[in-house]
Amino acid sequence: MHHVVLERWSRGNTFIHQRDPRAKIAALIVFLVVVATAHGELTLLAAALFVFLSIIAVWARLPLFGVMARAGVVLPFTLVFAAIAWRPALIPKTYLSAMAVLIVVATTPLPLLMRGMESLGAPRFLLMVAQFLYRYLFVIVEEGQHMVSAARSRGGSFRAAAGALAVLFARSYGRAEEIHRAMLARGFPGYFRTLGALRFRAADGCFAVIASAVPVLLRMTIG
Amino acid sequence: MTPLIEVRDLRFRYDDGTLALDGIDFRLDTGESVAVLGANGSGKTTFVLHLNGLLTGAGSIQVCGLAMEKRNMATIRQKIGLVFQDSEAQLFMPTVLEDVAFGLLNRGMRADEASDRARAALATVGMVSAESRAPYHLSAGEKKRVAIAGILAMEPEILVLDEPTTFLDPPGQCALAELLMSLPQAKILVTHDVPFAEAMCGRAVFFEKGKIAADGDVGEIVERFEWRFTLPVSAGGAGRPRGASPPGK
Repeated sequence: MHHVVLERWSRGNTFIHQRDPRAKIAALIVFLVVVATAHGELTLLAAALFVFLSIIAVWARLPLFGVMARAGVVLPFTLVFAAIAWRPALIPKTYLSAMAVLIVVATTPLPLLMRGMESLGAPRFLLMVAQFLYRYLFVIVEEGQHMVSAARSRGGSFRAAAGALAVLFARSYGRAEEIHRAMLARGFPGYFRTLGALRFRAADGCFAVIASAVPVLLRMTIG
Repeated sequence: MTPLIEVRDLRFRYDDGTLALDGIDFRLDTGESVAVLGANGSGKTTFVLHLNGLLTGAGSIQVCGLAMEKRNMATIRQKIGLVFQDSEAQLFMPTVLEDVAFGLLNRGMRADEASDRARAALATVGMVSAESRAPYHLSAGEKKRVAIAGILAMEPEILVLDEPTTFLDPPGQCALAELLMSLPQAKILVTHDVPFAEAMCGRAVFFEKGKIAADGDVGEIVERFEWRFTLPVSAGGAGRPRGASPPGK
């Protein structure tokens, strides 16, 4: 599972991993704005931004080819939209955006990322949904895989997809109810309280400024 | 002496019309361990969900002298620790430590105090080294231990465990039994595992169609309801209990 790999990567202890999530999120937002608003001849700028992201990935001791391959997940969708709209620039823009998001996620443990987003004003409910999706997505996928195996073991080819999806939905619903009960049983008040507060240090500020400035300067000089 | 739990004439019907509990009377005293036995669908889990206020039926429930009312719910949920059958549903936080501290933070405890208490609970179940791991990386036995730690951290007076041995291999069951025996709390164990119930509890209640059909010594109830795995006569077992030598050997 992709997110199990990301989880493992995010538990590293490099300089990038140690940075406050708010610093990384701020730099990410600047990067995304730079990429999204770039226009004209993008080849040089895209190459420079790719090198910038690669340096950060290597600095964080992430496997560069693994990061590149995972960021490529967006390419099929992008290719379709780029072809329909005849906007080839969408391809490097989307790929670089995906890679940047992936690097932030792969260098920040999920609880810290959620806390960082919450302290930056992201809606709490949305973050709760994201957290549960992250936690239980693989459980649901596993259940789906068990259903496929069960169908195959009885000679079926799992073509009754609609029926199987309904069963999977019912199971997921049942599990959600059970999780809700387990939360209530331990006094859940309707929102999450977290262990420890985030600390924004001088190094985080420096990182945020430099990591934000580099793409902006690249855009100003190359793009 | 005030019983830890006193249930009188508890009745509950699900939305689909199924009468799940039909006049339950039950009492649990300090230090007692009670096994809840009975067939699937006989109302065992529905019953224990009422003890924590997760389901609400007619009749009265008192926990440590507190009536099961909305204003007492937070206190009651501190006093009764409920360990669910499927630990996967109980471990929903991103890391083990955060999961164990979940109930403590909900009580308004300071984060550093909650961390310390959570670590102590993890130490009790032998899982302190897993505090920064994600719950889905744990084995079934480890998940069960962490789920129990999440409950123990809240220092409940009563432990309620729903099918605690499900998903556990025999060594895991032994380790769990050893752990539970070392805990001083009164316990209610919902289980189909008769040897486990016999090892852990002196008393059992037997559920049948939403009623408590019997309440007494575990061994007597198991014998009375023939609630033990036996090989059918057609298979040459002649009602032979699991683990016993076959006839003539």
